[in-house]
Amino acid sequence: MFGWEFPPHISGGLGTASYGLTKGLSSIEEIEVTFVVPKAYGDEDQSAIRLIGAGDISIIRKQIDIEGFRKKMDFLEVKSGIVPYVDPEDYWRLTEKEVSGEYRFVQVDDEGKIQFSGKYGTDLLTEIANYAVVSSVIAEETEFDLIHAHDWLAYPAGIAAKEASGKPLVIHVHATDFDRSGGKVNPDVYAIEKRGMDVADRIITVSNLTRNTVIEKYHIDPAKVITVYNAVEPVVEKESSWFRKGMDEKIVTFLGRITMQKGPEYFISAAHRVLQKMNNVRFVMAGSGDLMNKMISHAAALKIMDKFHFTGFLKGNDVFQMLHLSDVYIMPSVSEPFGISPLEAMQSNVPVIISRQSGVAEILTHAVKVDYWDINAMADAIYGILKYPALSKVFIKFGKQEVDDLKWENSALKVREVYRSAIGVN
Amino acid sequence: MRTICLYFQVHQPFRFRRYRFFDIGNDHYYYDDFSNESIINKVAEKCYLPANNILLDLIRKHGSRFKIAFSISGIAIDQFELYTPHVLKSFQKLAETGSVEFLAETNAHSLVALKDKNEFLKQVRTHEEKVEKYFGQKPRVFRNTELVYSDEMGAMVAEMGYKAMLTEGAKHVLGWKSPNYIYCNAINPKLKVLLKNFKLSDDIAFRFSNKSWNEWPLTAEKYTGWLNNIDRKEEVVNLFMDYETFGEHQWAETGIFEFLKAFPGSVLSNSDFSFSTPSEVVNKLQPVSAVHVPHPISWADEERDLTAWLGNELQEEAFNKLYDLSEKISKCKDETILKDWNYLQTSDHFYYMCTKFFSDGDVHAYFNPYESPYDAFINYMNVLSDFEIRVNAAVPQTGKDQEIANLTKLISDKEKLIEKYTAEIEKLKKLKTVSGKARSQPGTQKRKSPEKTPAAKASTKTRRKTGGGK
Repeated sequence: MFGWEFPPHISGGLGTASYGLTKGLSSIEEIEVTFVVPKAYGDEDQSAIRLIGAGDISIIRKQIDIEGFRKKMDFLEVKSGIVPYVDPEDYWRLTEKEVSGEYRFVQVDDEGKIQFSGKYGTDLLTEIANYAVVSSVIAEETEFDLIHAHDWLAYPAGIAAKEASGKPLVIHVHATDFDRSGGKVNPDVYAIEKRGMDVADRIITVSNLTRNTVIEKYHIDPAKVITVYNAVEPVVEKESSWFRKGMDEKIVTFLGRITMQKGPEYFISAAHRVLQKMNNVRFVMAGSGDLMNKMISHAAALKIMDKFHFTGFLKGNDVFQMLHLSDVYIMPSVSEPFGISPLEAMQSNVPVIISRQSGVAEILTHAVKVDYWDINAMADAIYGILKYPALSKVFIKFGKQEVDDLKWENSALKVREVYRSAIGVN
Repeated sequence: MRTICLYFQVHQPFRFRRYRFFDIGNDHYYYDDFSNESIINKVAEKCYLPANNILLDLIRKHGSRFKIAFSISGIAIDQFELYTPHVLKSFQKLAETGSVEFLAETNAHSLVALKDKNEFLKQVRTHEEKVEKYFGQKPRVFRNTELVYSDEMGAMVAEMGYKAMLTEGAKHVLGWKSPNYIYCNAINPKLKVLLKNFKLSDDIAFRFSNKSWNEWPLTAEKYTGWLNNIDRKEEVVNLFMDYETFGEHQWAETGIFEFLKAFPGSVLSNSDFSFSTPSEVVNKLQPVSAVHVPHPISWADEERDLTAWLGNELQEEAFNKLYDLSEKISKCKDETILKDWNYLQTSDHFYYMCTKFFSDGDVHAYFNPYESPYDAFINYMNVLSDFEIRVNAAVPQTGKDQEIANLTKLISDKEKLIEKYTAEIEKLKKLKTVSGKARSQPGTQKRKSPEKTPAAKASTKTRRKTGGGK
């Protein structure tokens, strides 16, 4: 399995999803996973077995035993220049840099601090190609039946492994460049994605929304595209000392990158509507992104800044703290392949409002679903949840049940079906 | 004698428009005229008109041997009047045959019987008046919304002078007993209770077009055969169903109308069953025992209870918030408020908030204007919030003491007025003895007085309102 990030270096939805899926797969007897990730320079575990691949690229192999996994897993780390948006919050910064031709990749360490790893002056696409070269070495030296590659940066690696071994390739589409770029699709990325999809024997998409994108925008045969929804890791109830709200006010929270894709301006407009009718409510936009400054001016222009707060990027425990304080969680995404965060909010007993343009809307029943542009409906839902206590009670009760039923084991079983059809076993 | 009692329920709610929270206090019109009108027209074309024609033909063909009963909710009547008067006429034509009985129910098709006796009485009386006005009958048999029934409700209905009431032959109530007899109320045995034979009713209402049903296709002959199989001692088969079964729940293409056309003839010629109206049934038959229903039952879903309307916190909150207003409403005289009050109570609004959609989704989705129960709840509560503001504005809302004080003030004001008028009358009487032509004056004086009191009321109201705002 070619991935992008793996515990403990997990930050984005992609890492969470590939981790959850791998964990789910570990519970299936007949499947063994070797997980390959590119890894930043100087962060290797020295106790591990060292493999030298083509060129100057090292591969670290270790047997890891992760808590909650049913069995040990082979874990390969490829020493490589590519550590792409390890932290999704910073991806925008990276892409910004990309324009100026200077690449800087950012990594989050165990304590959650951001480290600039520095001198990756090489071309990103070359690095991806390097990853692919290594993967073909791995493919030749390892026993396996099937290749599974997560998202575009790992597709070339998957293709190379397929070419070296002749084994079937399954690619997993967590997002496409149409989602990430908000319409301004990068032709190089598109080409990589398209080639991955063309070569793949089976394509797993995280929602029907993404499935449609793959079929329509990449012109892929619908027969080989299968939707497998993500799930969510059960929360371990931490006995933390949450600080409490200092006042009897309701809090409505937006948590995520402040980028066009996430629809922050619709949230601000809805907040404006609600504030015209309600006083004891505050709105929080937690996260950072390229639209942050614009959003601050937008909120200021609407004269709601006394009730509208920007926290900047939250991580680790702060996220849970924020959820804990929230009375409503809102995800007004313009385009969201899946959207795991509302599930986490529901786990934290927070009622959620999600846009119909998100993959997660396809599986959730106990959430308010609105079109991202329908500010009136959004405002109405916020008002309703805050004003009519029965609503939030029912949401919390049913929402928790619903989200607890979304298990990675079930997703893994569906992935197994995809594997079987790719290999040609029934 | 064995008999069949055919009864059809006719009801369509006034559906609300999308009412956003910022409409609260600004816009007091709640209804989705377009969908209400188009739905009633559609159902009229697909069901009411063709089915009425068939029934009329059947009555003409079989004479007094074929009889049926209807209950048309007050809200459905209002909508017929508003949108499709020709449907109302076609029901009236049926009424003129003398073979059709119209039953009483709550005007608003509400669940008020669970909550408020006085309001229940009022609504039933209003419905009675409507039935008399449109169909020229005084109803003597009662059916509650969705056949909701309990011992206490039965006693309440008996007290109002009804001879009988219809309800569901729910398994958990009857146990080993058969619904095919007349029973009586457990508290007041004078009230007879007719129980729906849900197996035979639902064969038509729900299973008729179901191709995976092992009895499909259902023909009038087969159905008559089932009736003939019923134990000869059993006296009455109560077939109660939504009238929309014909042409709407079961589309014309399924052959439901052909079934309806053939059914009476088949029964009358191939079995010893007759057709009777509910009134005839209770006149002819004696109850075999009392039926004990301590907890309310209904004809809905697998559980035959109230959970379709009052099964979750959303429904309970909305229902309780609504009836919290009943005391204020009882003092309200404003016609539009009372009308909205009626339409707000319609059980369908609560039905839309039902979260049991997994097991009974199909029926619940029928003409449901909302995407989810949450949607339905938010919309209803927004409407209710606005309604509450209007009620509070129309009816004094402050504490009891304040109210008593206001009333005392009103009384003393009136007393002063009376004193003044008596003095004036005295004066005028004296004048009259002098000149007989000063008669018009006391008339104008009298007309002035009732105008003065509401004006005084209004001014106290505004003062209180601004006081409460702070």
